Amino acid sequence: MPVHSKLETFEDNWRTSMGGWSPEGKVVLRGRDVFQELKSNSWMEYLLFAATGKESPKIARLMEGMWVICTSFPDPRIWNNRVSALAGTARSTGALAAAASVAVTEATIYGLKPIKGATDFLYRADKRLNNGEALEQIVQSELKQFRSVYGYGRPLVSGDERVEPMMEFARSIDCGEGRFIKLAFAVAEYLSKSRLKYQINIAAVCAGLLADEGLTPMDFYHMATLAFTAGAMPCFIDALNQQEGCFFPLRTSRLNYTGGEQVKHWRV
Amino acid sequence: MNDKPIEKITTKIWRETAEIDNPFAAADCYCCGYDVYGDLLKNASYIDYLYLLFRQVPPTPEQSALLEGLAIALTNPGPRDHSVRAAMSAGVGGSTHASALIAALTVGAGNLGGAREVFHALAYWQQCQNRLADWQQLITDPPQLEREDVWPPMEHAPGFDPNGVSCPTPVRKTLEHLVAVGKTTSLTWLHQHRPELEGFAGCPLAFSGVAAAALYDLAFLPEEAEMMFLLLRLPGAAVHSLEQEKLGWRKYPFFADGFKLNP
Repeated sequence: MPVHSKLETFEDNWRTSMGGWSPEGKVVLRGRDVFQELKSNSWMEYLLFAATGKESPKIARLMEGMWVICTSFPDPRIWNNRVSALAGTARSTGALAAAASVAVTEATIYGLKPIKGATDFLYRADKRLNNGEALEQIVQSELKQFRSVYGYGRPLVSGDERVEPMMEFARSIDCGEGRFIKLAFAVAEYLSKSRLKYQINIAAVCAGLLADEGLTPMDFYHMATLAFTAGAMPCFIDALNQQEGCFFPLRTSRLNYTGGEQVKHWRV
Repeated sequence: MNDKPIEKITTKIWRETAEIDNPFAAADCYCCGYDVYGDLLKNASYIDYLYLLFRQVPPTPEQSALLEGLAIALTNPGPRDHSVRAAMSAGVGGSTHASALIAALTVGAGNLGGAREVFHALAYWQQCQNRLADWQQLITDPPQLEREDVWPPMEHAPGFDPNGVSCPTPVRKTLEHLVAVGKTTSLTWLHQHRPELEGFAGCPLAFSGVAAAALYDLAFLPEEAEMMFLLLRLPGAAVHSLEQEKLGWRKYPFFADGFKLNP
């Protein structure tokens, strides 16, 4: 019987242009010799090149500013950081804490979904504007279809304290005047006057700034994946350095049981 | 005195009473009304308790047998499976044991043979049920992403193996067994109509498709099925990782000659 699995041609055969290591001691990334051509890059420039293929100290600096200003709050109550604090109080390891916090950051109400979603929204909105649609129509159809607009509105509080410092930083490196960031604020202007009163959050600001630098939603998503670790790690360390198990302990009465009170008996 | 209400965790699954000497320790734990350590521990099987946790009611004997069969079928995907390979990659490098399971969960979470595929496949069951024409329509004209998601879009019909040739024996045997013990509508219909569905998909039924049908028959929602699939496949990943940890990296494929960097 002839073998005809599609996988056969891939056995011991992984071809790539992305890069790799050779036993002779050469390391290549996207066609560049790491030891010869990339050794003087900052880590953020290296990550930008690795994730997007772009070589731009300006974008790397902008991204670094975002990581510091927007994604690294060392507050253990924020849900992704809380995972690291719980790992510390339960005496797990720092790498496990960071891995779990990064994974949890792929959230809907904050983190990676809004980051990717806001960039996607701005690109779609820009395309529709170019096709002659009005901004009001675009935002309303987004709300009708998805009941939310990524990048606008925020849990806990309505405003976002990161917007001004981020814009200030962006302007200091000659960013913040492109059409996407202007679009992001135009949407905010419209939404602030709507019934929902959503305010712009930092995801739309960063999305606008990076779209103006040519980053796609996937580019931003890949670049932002590790951005939250500098907030999570101090939460882990703090909990690790305090008495074990003492991070927000819960007594049994802190469970609000909403099921039936009747005690049932298992059939044997 | 602070009049602010105390923040609590709201749950309809779990109730506790405190030990007399320690408000931070539970004396009695009730799961959906059943005394866990006074009753379930002695009287329930593990699989029944698992069902109770997800569904909040005990299973019938047929439901129990169905979940038990599915659990056995899925518990070890074998060392060639992507998720198990991820766990073994942790093992051979001497990584933490938790990282091996995190690795298995991560890789086993995806659209190809993973839990996200089960999520999508179960949504297909919700939409099409036992209507062959609806399946044909949905498989040939699948829903498109309307805005970006963190998940990549599906590249094949969920529940089917795009790299398969014919439906593998373990998948067929599992489907036959689950039909026999569960006697449920969707699995029985899947068994009867597998060739037509495989024709629509252009590839054979996979474990993810059988799992989705079984969990749909057990009234699981897509997200519940996704979680259950992740849980059920972990034991194999754990033991294969431990085995490779002992054997070490020298006895594990490195693909030294298989890696080809384009010029």
